[in-house]
Amino acid sequence: MTQTEVSHSPNKKSPGKKTTSSVNYIRSFAIGLIIPALLLIIWEVASRAGIFPQYLLPAPSAVISTLVALASSGELWTHVSSTLSRVLIGFFLGTIVAVVLGSFIGFFKPLERLFDPLLQALRSIPSLAWVPLFILWMGIAETSKVTLIAVGVFFPVYLNIVSGIQGVDRKLIEVGKVYNMSTASIITRIVLPASLPSFLVGLRSGLGLGWMFVVAAELMGASEGLGFLLTLGQNTSRPDTILASIILFAILGKATDAILKQLENRSLRWQDRYET
Amino acid sequence: MLAVQKVSRTFDNGYKAFKPVSFHTEQSEIVGILGTSGCGKSTLLRAIAGLDLGFDGEISFQEQSVRSGTEHTGVVFQEPRLMPWLTVIDNVVFGLKGNKQEKREKGARLLRAVGLKDTEKLYPRELSGGMAQRAAIARALVTNPQLLLLDEPFSALDAFTKMQLQELLIDLWETNHTSMLIVTHDIDEALFLCDRVLIFRDQPGVLFKDLKIDLQRPRERGSLEMAEYKREILQSLDLNHDVHVKSAI
Repeated sequence: MTQTEVSHSPNKKSPGKKTTSSVNYIRSFAIGLIIPALLLIIWEVASRAGIFPQYLLPAPSAVISTLVALASSGELWTHVSSTLSRVLIGFFLGTIVAVVLGSFIGFFKPLERLFDPLLQALRSIPSLAWVPLFILWMGIAETSKVTLIAVGVFFPVYLNIVSGIQGVDRKLIEVGKVYNMSTASIITRIVLPASLPSFLVGLRSGLGLGWMFVVAAELMGASEGLGFLLTLGQNTSRPDTILASIILFAILGKATDAILKQLENRSLRWQDRYET
Repeated sequence: MLAVQKVSRTFDNGYKAFKPVSFHTEQSEIVGILGTSGCGKSTLLRAIAGLDLGFDGEISFQEQSVRSGTEHTGVVFQEPRLMPWLTVIDNVVFGLKGNKQEKREKGARLLRAVGLKDTEKLYPRELSGGMAQRAAIARALVTNPQLLLLDEPFSALDAFTKMQLQELLIDLWETNHTSMLIVTHDIDEALFLCDRVLIFRDQPGVLFKDLKIDLQRPRERGSLEMAEYKREILQSLDLNHDVHVKSAI
């Protein structure tokens, strides 16, 4: 038996790999902080020196103290939690509909011909165009907001599922056919795992759009939420409130995306990706 | 064993891959299908594997038509075609049914047999080309097929790995005596492996010659007898013409 090749089989799990990778992670994180930190310092100094007028661009320290005030009064949690729950509910609803519809349309070509033109047409409608209609149909309360977010999440998830399924390598499907697998098991054992990367990409861009749409939804009328804070800041001429709200959007958006990225890394460990 | 009767394949666009071809293979025979590219040899193998049922004529294995199932057949493709999301061992047992423990044991045994015993938990991306093709061979053999179909299995590998895998194939054959049908365009490979070589030529392809390779195993690469066979094959493919002219001068 020829064994020569095997002797140099890649031994990727070398001891100490974990510690070096976490050191690298911290290092790259620190490098990413340099520019933002510099900008913040310049901004702070410029504000204190009076280069930026306080009523237009308050110093970072002022924004932070506004955030702290909001947090200590408990208001912050009300706003954050209502925005977050709108995004999450909309995200899940949009994703579920996209998965169901996308799977069927991806698997069955005739269905694609039937549904895809309509969906493509709907996709080209700017999201905000739905707002008046949704308010008319569902009122100003939660339903219309969540629906708008779900619509936003739906399209990227749907498109990625369809293209993921249709892009599955025919050669892998043939392997299933060689083993006389049923269509159902070819779908569950080959098509779905093979289209997972595309699906996860869809989830992440769907979530991004979800955050975009929640702002639109909350701007159109809300009594709480980060979008409401934006409007409040505008109406009361408080740029610090607006900036605080923007920062919270950034943090929440980044945090939820990081969760999905973690999920992606974990379920796509098998992928042969370029890593630096 | 395998009976191919007046099989031809014309695609929907009218393109004819090969003209009606008939042949039989015997139990534990290693048969090569040799030909230049475009002669329809891979198309023929796909028909035998049950992957393309649009052919005319009849193909049966052990009296069972391939149109009604091919559960006794294993296939090794030109590319490993491993599922990238499965570990090596899960890839090997991909086509197996039954309980997990049995599958694992069987898979591990085959991985040892193909010389990949410490790679069970690796993902395909961590394998070299030769290792991946070994895993693909293990996957094809795991169901104990009575006929192993190989479609240019080593053509993407470097010359040395190719020889190692050809030897592996012969080793496996010595233990199981599985019948094999190997599509190849490599004359040396066909001569090293096969009991019989079916030579295809032209476009659409025709079965031009059914050549028995009467050589003892283990065969010596580059032996005189092999060179003699090679010359015969080259001549029947009209590829030896220039050589004759030169030697005449």
